[in-house]
Amino acid sequence: MRPSPGGGGGGGGRSNPKIVPVRHPGRWVASAAILVLAAMLINTLFFSHVTRGGVREGRYQWGVVGKYLFAAPIFRGIVVTLELTVIAMVVGIVLGIVLAVMRLSPNWLLSGSAWVYIWFFRGTPVLVQIIFWYEGISYLYPHLGFGIPFATPFVNVNANVLVTSFTAGALGLSFNEGAYMAEIVRAGIISVDEGQTEAAQSLGMAKFQTMRRIVLPQAMRVIIPPTGNETISMLKTTSLVYAIALADLFTAATNISNTNYEVVPLLLVASLWYLFFTSLLTIGQYYVERYYARGSTRALPPTPIQRLRQSFLHIRVKPAPAMADAPWLAPHE
Amino acid sequence: MVRATQVHKSFGRLEVLRGIDLVVNPGEVLCLIGPSGSGKSTFLRCINHLEKIDGGELSVDGELVGYRRSGDRLFELKDREVCGKRAEIGMVFQRFNLFPHMSVLDNVMSAPVWVKKESVAATRARAHQLLERVGLADKEKSYPNQLSGGQQQRVAIARALAMQPKLMLFDEPTSALDPELVGEVLDVIRALALEGMTMIVVTHEMGFAREVGDTLVFMDGGVVVESGDPRAVLNAPQHERTKSFLSKVL
Repeated sequence: MRPSPGGGGGGGGRSNPKIVPVRHPGRWVASAAILVLAAMLINTLFFSHVTRGGVREGRYQWGVVGKYLFAAPIFRGIVVTLELTVIAMVVGIVLGIVLAVMRLSPNWLLSGSAWVYIWFFRGTPVLVQIIFWYEGISYLYPHLGFGIPFATPFVNVNANVLVTSFTAGALGLSFNEGAYMAEIVRAGIISVDEGQTEAAQSLGMAKFQTMRRIVLPQAMRVIIPPTGNETISMLKTTSLVYAIALADLFTAATNISNTNYEVVPLLLVASLWYLFFTSLLTIGQYYVERYYARGSTRALPPTPIQRLRQSFLHIRVKPAPAMADAPWLAPHE
Repeated sequence: MVRATQVHKSFGRLEVLRGIDLVVNPGEVLCLIGPSGSGKSTFLRCINHLEKIDGGELSVDGELVGYRRSGDRLFELKDREVCGKRAEIGMVFQRFNLFPHMSVLDNVMSAPVWVKKESVAATRARAHQLLERVGLADKEKSYPNQLSGGQQQRVAIARALAMQPKLMLFDEPTSALDPELVGEVLDVIRALALEGMTMIVVTHEMGFAREVGDTLVFMDGGVVVESGDPRAVLNAPQHERTKSFLSKVL
């Protein structure tokens, strides 16, 4: 028997059969379970109450969260957290590129010292490093001098003045990040086909030019995703400066809860801000990756915003051409 | 233009070039044939110092490759000096090696602008001409992986020509191409030969060597086995090794 079109009576027979899609009962059961769990979660988050010390109050105390979410100390903490993240990542990336190039050098002293650096800074906990910069430097080298090696220094500085908790935090995070970035950059560099270097050299490009113009831009495609990962990780790792009493976002939140005992709401305040900034970074990463994908895919897929426009406004968005008009060709060097 | 005397080159214990003697005159097209592993590509790469030679003497346009002679000593050239020499020699690779992150036009413009510091406007005009010459004027804005192999190789030739080289080296320029795309690349090389460009072409295209080459050199085991007029060598090879090789490829 053939199903007939339109579900009408028999007669026809030889027309297009109706296609019956396969059923997925398991998916329906799983979906129902997830919906029930989601409803329960939303209920405990916003609508349920609990009695603490004889007082009945909202389980998550969103009122308290809201009260401190935009408090001045929290904002000052956010600034410190963002400053630390930016400094640590910028220094870490620069350091990482230098170390990666050193490690790939044919000179054993250069590659060896880069190896030792990575071995040391990747092999010790970042928390220990941060505390070490804060406590250890002024303990080991109470006077820092600048001048000719082994001679009387021209300038003498008290290490306690130079190494504040902020510099200690920034140094600890940056130097540790440099070790990780070195390996990420090295992976990127060795992922670029050797023929690229040969082609660049055969055109007369110097080693530095070849690295900067040809190898690194292509290595970026491999370097960017783990670097985004590192940046997101760094944003949260900055909270370790709690150990040296530097008032970052987490420390600021904890300082408040130390006086008013609202521990959980203030942890929520800090978490919400961390989530907000990691979300921003995730979006940024998407667009940076897209930029460095030019040339590797034939046509870039539309961005989520372009996709939204497409579906809501029924506007045909052309797939983005895979290039911007070559700003990198400017003849500076 | 190119003069090689007893050029030796080893990779570790493997001796790849075992005394190459060869002369290429200005305007000459020299085709280099031989089985794989015979050292053809290595020799080509020695000419623009992508490989350092271990013995013998190799000079381009009367100047030693990679060294400067002063009295009875040879001084290794600095990176910058080597780059200057390479800029005068164009090279085309088997695997094209276009820069995938740059458009076709930028590929062609890159070296003149970055290496010779020529003006962007003048370079662009010349790049237009070169791309037109290789029949790809309409592909300027494309990226290399949007092109066929034959098109990519023609861009690679235009990129090398943009440096206005006095010598062109071709390392099996058609070996990675579909058979029906080989012709379009050979046409470009043939046109260059007619313009009087000095070229060394490592190739397996015997028909091309016969038609375009001024000299044919057969290499095997790191030495030149036989050389001479292409027609003579292809029609009546003198050495047994040449005969057996040609009997397999012709």
